[in-house]
Amino acid sequence: MSRIREKFGELKRSGRGGFIPFITAGDPDLATTELLLVELAAAGADIIELGVPFSDPVADGEVIQRASERALRNGVTLRDALSCIARAKQQIAVPIVLFSYFNPLLQFGGKRLASDAKRAGAEAVLVTDLIPEEAHAWTEMLQEHGLDSIFLVAPTTSDERLARIAQQASGFIYAVSRAGVTGARDEMTDDAETLVRRLRMVCDLPVAVGFGISTAEQLRQVWRFADAAVVGSAIVSEIERLKTAPDLVRRIGKFARSLLATK
Amino acid sequence: MQRSTITASEPDENGHWGKFGGRYVPETLVAPLDGLTKEFTRARQDPDFWREFDQRLRDYCGRPTPLFHAHRLTAHAARAQVYLKREDLCHTGSHKINNAVGQALLARRMGKHRIVAETGAGQHGVATTTVCGMFGLQCIIYMGAEDMQRQALNVFRMRLLGAEVIPVNAGTRTLKDAINETLRDWVTNVHDTYYLLGSALGPHPYPLLVREFQRVIGREAREQILSAAGKLPRALIACVGGGSNSIGLFHPFIGDPSVRLVGVEAGGRADSLGQHAARFHSAAASGGGCVGVLHGTMSYVLQNEDGQIANTHSISAGLDYAAIGPEHAYLHDGGRAEYIRASDGEALEGFRLCAELEGIIPALESSHAIIPAIRIARELPQSDAIIVNLSGRGDKDVQLVAELN
Repeated sequence: MSRIREKFGELKRSGRGGFIPFITAGDPDLATTELLLVELAAAGADIIELGVPFSDPVADGEVIQRASERALRNGVTLRDALSCIARAKQQIAVPIVLFSYFNPLLQFGGKRLASDAKRAGAEAVLVTDLIPEEAHAWTEMLQEHGLDSIFLVAPTTSDERLARIAQQASGFIYAVSRAGVTGARDEMTDDAETLVRRLRMVCDLPVAVGFGISTAEQLRQVWRFADAAVVGSAIVSEIERLKTAPDLVRRIGKFARSLLATK
Repeated sequence: MQRSTITASEPDENGHWGKFGGRYVPETLVAPLDGLTKEFTRARQDPDFWREFDQRLRDYCGRPTPLFHAHRLTAHAARAQVYLKREDLCHTGSHKINNAVGQALLARRMGKHRIVAETGAGQHGVATTTVCGMFGLQCIIYMGAEDMQRQALNVFRMRLLGAEVIPVNAGTRTLKDAINETLRDWVTNVHDTYYLLGSALGPHPYPLLVREFQRVIGREAREQILSAAGKLPRALIACVGGGSNSIGLFHPFIGDPSVRLVGVEAGGRADSLGQHAARFHSAAASGGGCVGVLHGTMSYVLQNEDGQIANTHSISAGLDYAAIGPEHAYLHDGGRAEYIRASDGEALEGFRLCAELEGIIPALESSHAIIPAIRIARELPQSDAIIVNLSGRGDKDVQLVAELN
């Protein structure tokens, strides 16, 4: 059983909802990303998503677009993201999901990606713009190296398609909470809960909900119906705000802890 | 040259031409793309749909456009007969209106009243805005802030025609970023919004349906040349940005192996990456494209070795784009079509030549095809004919060219 499934088993036994922070590799710089991975693990992250910067992030809102731009200005590549994971993984056990658009992975090569990601200590790969119909060869290569393939589902995904996606997915399913790009929202709609309920009918995989979750209250709301919640833009926005602060890492840790604090 | 075995070009049911095309999109867009595919498949088999399409193109856009025997360009080449397919005479000034009409009809069939579109030079934006006016649809155009400055007149035209034009300040502030932003709008407003994509690219079914709406160019040209010259042309020459005017002209001739299909890419100002938009200029060392994914489709893409999309340059905003439509990639690899480059300088030379010799000011995009066409004409006997697609008129470029002088 994969480390990710073990983690969800653990969460289930303890009756806890999972916390999955997202950060972009190389934002504000690679050395800080490594420290942030360690700090987020210490702050209570159950899984961490590490984003590979891309020049044309069509699924992302402005906050993560700017993070990608900052990382690219630093010349950060997929290879850098992998070595960052490798260094962090010598210090932490938290499963890491490599989160990317397809083109950087395509140029890197599927086999090379699978073996290098495994060697670095990543547990899974999620490709924002790779739908199951185009992903078969990739899923197989990842599987051969014991890596999970995380797929997205959305409120617009039909029941029939949910079942098909679930068959190809492993680790967990990432349910997009609403139509739209990444970014914080004040209100959560019912779309996410309806989607997770539909998903439960066709699959046994754990479900994480993401897009627009930015407060402790929203996390608790998601945990009522899903196994984990992803927080991306809210954390990345804090990184942007504090990017020149000498105690950036500590303060991001504090922010993560505040999301998990129960009132 | 070795003869290609390709005699037809149809994608599989998931929009693949060989390994090219397909759908590389966030999951949220799969349902609307499926819906669009379904509606287009139905419409494609519906004679009433095509009747209305043809009628709108005739009465509103001024089709068929003439095939003009360019005597003085022919005299200049001093060999094969040069014909110009006059898409510049379409309403709004370019071939873009053909696709805009077709897709607006689809949007209406699907009950979508909010239309979003990207534009580079503004030609597709103007065509879309115009068609939305005709059908009474809400219209939002995304345009790179840089392009808005370069093409201020078209911005004014679009606003005059009732569109909301939204500047895009992300990235390079050009066409690529305008497409990113339009996709983001669509993914957010997917329930009531139709994305009216302007070229033969993007996720399936766009490359297919844009081609089907632009095929009218080649269908007309085929009939017209047979009646004017009594035989098929030896070559078709068209500029290629995303590739909609060229695929529209080429497609009805794919099964005629004696007809050379020649796409002209923007050679820009130099050979290095970032200085041109020639995706097939394949020596990677000189900054050529390789196979990748951009904006939902697999094709040749100008990019660096890490898979980051490269900046591009062309004197014409309409060719200034890092990827090429997937069907062109297929025709290229299969050897059925050939792709060459014309530099900024050659485009300007073609622009002037056409204006001086024929009294026609072509768009800078279309101007890329003229000098290469003269070269091809010189290799052929006088009894043969070639067709150049004059995809748009150059009024929009006059100021830019004046400033260069």
